[in-house]
Amino acid sequence: MTTIGITPTNPVEPFLRTDRMPHIWCPGCGIGTSVNSFARALTEANMDLKNVAIVSGIGCTGRVAGYMKLDSFHTTHGRAIPFATGLKLANPKLNVVVYSGDGDLFAIGGNHLIHAARRNVDIKVVCVNNLIYAMTGGQTAPTTPGDVVTSTNPYGTYDPSFNLPYLVEAAGAVYVARWTAFHVRQLARAMEEMFTKKGFSFIEVLSPCPTLYQRRNKMGDGLDTMKFYKEKSRIKNGAPTNEVALSKSGEIIVGKFVDRERADYRDLMHDQLEEVLGDQYVEAEACECSI
Amino acid sequence: MHADPAGVLTGSHFLDGDHACCEGALAAGARFSSGYPITPSTEVVERFASRVPTVGGTFIQMEDELAASITLQGAVWGGAKAFTVTSGPGFSLMMEHIGLAIMTETPCVFVDVQRGGPSTGLPTLPAQGDMMQVRWGSHGDYEIIALCPNSPQECFDLTVTAFNYSEQYRVPVFVMMDEVVGHMTEKVVIPPAEQIEVTPRRYTTIPPGEFLAFEPKDDLVPDMPRTGEGYNVHVTGLTHDNRGYPDMTPAQQDKLVKRLCNKIRQNVDKITLYEADQIEGADVAVVSYGITSRVAQRAIDLARDKGIKVGKFRLITAWPFPEKQIAEIAAKVKAFVVPELNLGQMVREVERAAAGKAVVRHVPHAGGSVHKPEDILQAIMEVAR
Repeated sequence: MTTIGITPTNPVEPFLRTDRMPHIWCPGCGIGTSVNSFARALTEANMDLKNVAIVSGIGCTGRVAGYMKLDSFHTTHGRAIPFATGLKLANPKLNVVVYSGDGDLFAIGGNHLIHAARRNVDIKVVCVNNLIYAMTGGQTAPTTPGDVVTSTNPYGTYDPSFNLPYLVEAAGAVYVARWTAFHVRQLARAMEEMFTKKGFSFIEVLSPCPTLYQRRNKMGDGLDTMKFYKEKSRIKNGAPTNEVALSKSGEIIVGKFVDRERADYRDLMHDQLEEVLGDQYVEAEACECSI
Repeated sequence: MHADPAGVLTGSHFLDGDHACCEGALAAGARFSSGYPITPSTEVVERFASRVPTVGGTFIQMEDELAASITLQGAVWGGAKAFTVTSGPGFSLMMEHIGLAIMTETPCVFVDVQRGGPSTGLPTLPAQGDMMQVRWGSHGDYEIIALCPNSPQECFDLTVTAFNYSEQYRVPVFVMMDEVVGHMTEKVVIPPAEQIEVTPRRYTTIPPGEFLAFEPKDDLVPDMPRTGEGYNVHVTGLTHDNRGYPDMTPAQQDKLVKRLCNKIRQNVDKITLYEADQIEGADVAVVSYGITSRVAQRAIDLARDKGIKVGKFRLITAWPFPEKQIAEIAAKVKAFVVPELNLGQMVREVERAAAGKAVVRHVPHAGGSVHKPEDILQAIMEVAR
């Protein structure tokens, strides 16, 4: 197959299933931008790609798994995290990344997310937050700020929204950061750093949805949103997460908010069982399912 | 191949069905379970949680049945043999992930210790009310395999079979117990590991780069890639092509869904298990399964004492339904009697397979206890006249 018109030197290309292009994302959407940062982070972190698995739920961001040239699992709505939990526990050598959207991870999947954070399962979660249910046409999400128009709040939203870093920190994550689709280098560096952490790690990526969120709220296109992010963002590493809630047009606090150490689920399990069972304990190896 | 001796508790035991089921899973090679507590099934995973750290494996208690039913699938793709255990309300929550396992051809086992429903129903009392749910409860068209043990010994034996079928056909397989079978205690003989046949996972030998993850073999079942070996496998619940890539066209939907059904339908003779007794020359055949078959045996014995020619046909595989066998019997007997702990589920299959060639008499029971043998006897006597 010829690759006329495609530059083979694009550093991201080896990470993509190019036979699945073009992708489904709209012009101006930030999901592809985040994937670019993710691919760069994989390179910079010298990850052994054979041992990186990516798990997505359902939605626009849920399609990320399908475009990455990795072992990739496109699961059910909201359940990427429990799938990833099983994958990681059965095969601990894998670096398991969950890549999904705000509605998937925090509405239908919210219970799984807080419990995985509580257990401190060693999975890395990238949440692309476009403040809306995009795949289904722009309905209100648990992240949608107040006083914006959505297809299910045509007269403006009044549901209070989640502050994702605050919630995830409270649930027990060892690493919590937020960047926007404008901060591509910072985002790539945060992802790279996330790979060095052991335990439940979380990065929120604020992303435009020009088709449904910005357009319906007369906030311009993707480029206008980049300008908005640039203007409104303030880097504040270590900011108390209860002070980083998003609003329709207010300041966007970005940076690394949480970076702490805590025994992960497998270590906790191992230490407890070994202490109580002694010689009787047989550690679960990476399951080689020969039988 | 033979079972790994590490998981096989060889010997003669006095176990209830739930505990025997757990031993069956361990013997079959299960080294992962994700569960959520629910009566009357919890003892299965309680035993697994106690046993598996000494065998080399993992039990994780999840936050709900939605999580339990997909965490095990992650573990399967991670390389483990895995299962979960539940009862009616939890089974209802698991329906979405039964569909995922079917669509992604994830070999796994679900144990449903049936209790009275609908809703919270009768948490501690038996029923056989999930027999149609297991067949049709997830959306879309599919085929699954469901097995119905009627004793703790069969809870062991058929759990091993369930794992073997799941690996052979890459389909979720269901062990459809009920509260009485789960909680009754009887002798259970666990053979030596070398006498337990275990079906290994059908891993491909084709190297990465050349392997198409969902290209079926002659038996319509694709071989599996190993995760973490560079296959870059893509697994999706979307309608997909042989590469595993989404292909949401009517043509691919037709091809994929028909294959998913046909891999069971074309192998039905290899899958079907049943117990038949004195069918030849019988006027009446009693068709039953699970705990009801134990009660029906008493009714059959009483009827034979009265000189009625009664045959017994016990469903061991409820799904795929042994319609060929039922059709053959329908040509020979006057009537079927079908007792079950529900108000009419498998009896519909008997009626369908009998196709009017024999009378089908249902003996319903809403659950909460087992039938009185006399009620089944009464039905036998009425149709034998």
